[in-house]
Amino acid sequence: MLEIRDLAASINDKPILRGISLDLPQGEVHAIMGPNGSGKSTLAYVLSGREDYSVTRGSVTFDGRDLLAMAPEQRAAAGVFLAFQAPVELPGVGNANFLRTALNALRRSRGEEELDAVQFLKLARGETKRLAMPDDMLRRNVNVGFSGGEKKRNEVLQMSILRPKLAILDETDSGLDIDALKIVADGVNALRGPDFSALVITHHQRLLDHIVPDRVHVLAGGRIVRSGGPELAHELEARGYTETVGEAA
Amino acid sequence: MPAVTETLDAVQSVTQSGYKWGWETEIEMDLAPKGLSEDTIALISDRKGEPDWLLQWRLKAFAAWKQMEEPHWARVEHQPIDYQDLHYYAAPKKKPGLKSLDEVDPELLKMYEKLGIPLKERAILAGVDPDAVEHRQIAVDAVFDSVSVATTFRETLSKAGVIFCPISEAVRDFPELVQQYLGTVVPAGDNFFAALNSAVFTDGSFCFVPKGVRCPMELSTYFRINARNTGQFERTLIIAEAGASVSYLEGCTAPMRDENQLHAAVVELVAMDDARIKYSTVQNWYPGDAEGRGGIYNFVTKRGACRGARSKISWTQVETGSAITWKYPSCVLLGEDSVGEFYSVAVTNNRQQADTGTKMIHIGRGSRSTIVSKGISAGRSNNTYRGLVRVLPSAAGARNHTQCDSLLIGDQCGAHTVPYIESRNPTAKVEHEATTSKIADDQLFYCRQRGLSEEDAVNLIVNGFCKDVLKELPMEFAVEAQKLLAVSLEGSVG
Repeated sequence: MLEIRDLAASINDKPILRGISLDLPQGEVHAIMGPNGSGKSTLAYVLSGREDYSVTRGSVTFDGRDLLAMAPEQRAAAGVFLAFQAPVELPGVGNANFLRTALNALRRSRGEEELDAVQFLKLARGETKRLAMPDDMLRRNVNVGFSGGEKKRNEVLQMSILRPKLAILDETDSGLDIDALKIVADGVNALRGPDFSALVITHHQRLLDHIVPDRVHVLAGGRIVRSGGPELAHELEARGYTETVGEAA
Repeated sequence: MPAVTETLDAVQSVTQSGYKWGWETEIEMDLAPKGLSEDTIALISDRKGEPDWLLQWRLKAFAAWKQMEEPHWARVEHQPIDYQDLHYYAAPKKKPGLKSLDEVDPELLKMYEKLGIPLKERAILAGVDPDAVEHRQIAVDAVFDSVSVATTFRETLSKAGVIFCPISEAVRDFPELVQQYLGTVVPAGDNFFAALNSAVFTDGSFCFVPKGVRCPMELSTYFRINARNTGQFERTLIIAEAGASVSYLEGCTAPMRDENQLHAAVVELVAMDDARIKYSTVQNWYPGDAEGRGGIYNFVTKRGACRGARSKISWTQVETGSAITWKYPSCVLLGEDSVGEFYSVAVTNNRQQADTGTKMIHIGRGSRSTIVSKGISAGRSNNTYRGLVRVLPSAAGARNHTQCDSLLIGDQCGAHTVPYIESRNPTAKVEHEATTSKIADDQLFYCRQRGLSEEDAVNLIVNGFCKDVLKELPMEFAVEAQKLLAVSLEGSVG
């Protein structure tokens, strides 16, 4: 479903990704692990269309479409969701309004009926409850005054409501205590199914205890240096990046 | 009401870009010759059938004006205004004794329709018996160039004891009330533009809410400048007696023209003990084109006097139009524990210039004021907040809080904050907070990643930025204001 071929990208003429190839079949969850500066977040941004990065080589196909040719909102409409590492604050914009606006924008682009406020709130309250979040999360302004953990949970809430085909989770586990980590993982696991794929970007293997990936890829120096099954994450945890993947790290 | 979503819906529905109110109405006009002199003033006064005291008052103002100089302390630039090259009176020719809709000039009806005044309202404005029409919540006064063309719901209001009529009629029908209050808040010689207005004002709304009466509906005036080379000088006077309350809305539009047009209004508000006046404006005069050609010069003096104890005057304004805005709706807080509020959103795009803010003059003990100003600059515009908080020695325990935020879109616009704070009572507490921010790429990308278009994302962020002010507007106006914000900022990104 997602096919990345020899993808290279740079920011301010500084190459970050140096030729990544990866296949993410529909319904699978793959983990991307790697040390700081290996290009994990850049990969997330390039896939979601952030304009600061320039793609210098390669291609990305999503559901048979050229993902790189699409504007960020078109990618969102196609079903790509990025859970941000540092979710952005929108002062004065209520979370519920933001989410409903986003959901209806997606529904419109798919030719589906928009939800009115009542229908939306019913849906949103159900999701907050399932994710063990307080209802006032919907009333507050988007990420304003949220703790680090609340911001991450808010990303998962958005994902649960927007129901993407492809979720990219960019270090969603960082800054979470163990309870919050479990909630986040449960949120992702609840979406798992034949129509949902995810790229889970993380430093640590502990998230992968809760979201067990189908494949693990190790990114180092802008390249995938090793791929394997879930056991690869444990190996990395036990031996460290340098020893596991050698000089490339 | 999910305000933000409303806005996005509004954006979707606004397919036509630019200024939607720029049509011109072909209508037979009664025009005074160009130029300003004692003769012009006498002519205006005569057309209005005014008593001599008012003519004398005008002439005194004119004498004062001739001694004054056009002010240039605001951060705005414009070509010199030739005050002799304007018509000071322009009125649609009246057909006396209007009995049915058929007799109304169809162009006038069309204008109401375009202004978005509902059909029933239009019928009433056109002179159909209001009692024959089902009850609605808003009474409308429509001011077309120099005259008020119609006012609705006067009978319903008068049953409640409320007077709502064109000020020219008030001069005829309630001369003692007008004489008692006119010019007591904004004296005839207050400033250059107020003096000009006092000399040549042609119409505007008059509202009197007697003791203890809560005005049963929102009052609203639509101002429309139509005629070419015409200045609009309307004068509005609102009085709320002890314990009375009223909410008043004004909306303004004008045709698109290449030349600039002058609008110099005066608004005076008087609130007695425990009275409340809420005055809301959605100012959408033609702003000029993208290169800065044309547009309204909006030089307006608005001031409210909280004369009574615990009286409250609240100004809310959404300023999206005009080539130049020069406007400082103010409160003179005379009464003990009186309250003044100023909530403002000022948007400038392209070459627009806005210098706007407020004055809060604390005289009464325990008087309080709140100022919330949100300036949004885009294109190559300049947006200045200029505010004065003055606490006199008598105002023990006075309090003010000012929140002044600027939002920049793009890198060619300017935002300026000029607060003046003078406290002459040591027990007073005055706070001022100011921020300037840009719509961050982060914020835009975040919204777009969730599926919003860039323009919708800007609207969402701008509406969030303005929320503290928009929530002060009556519901109908809040929706209209959000649509305006969207239209005003069209094309400001990307």
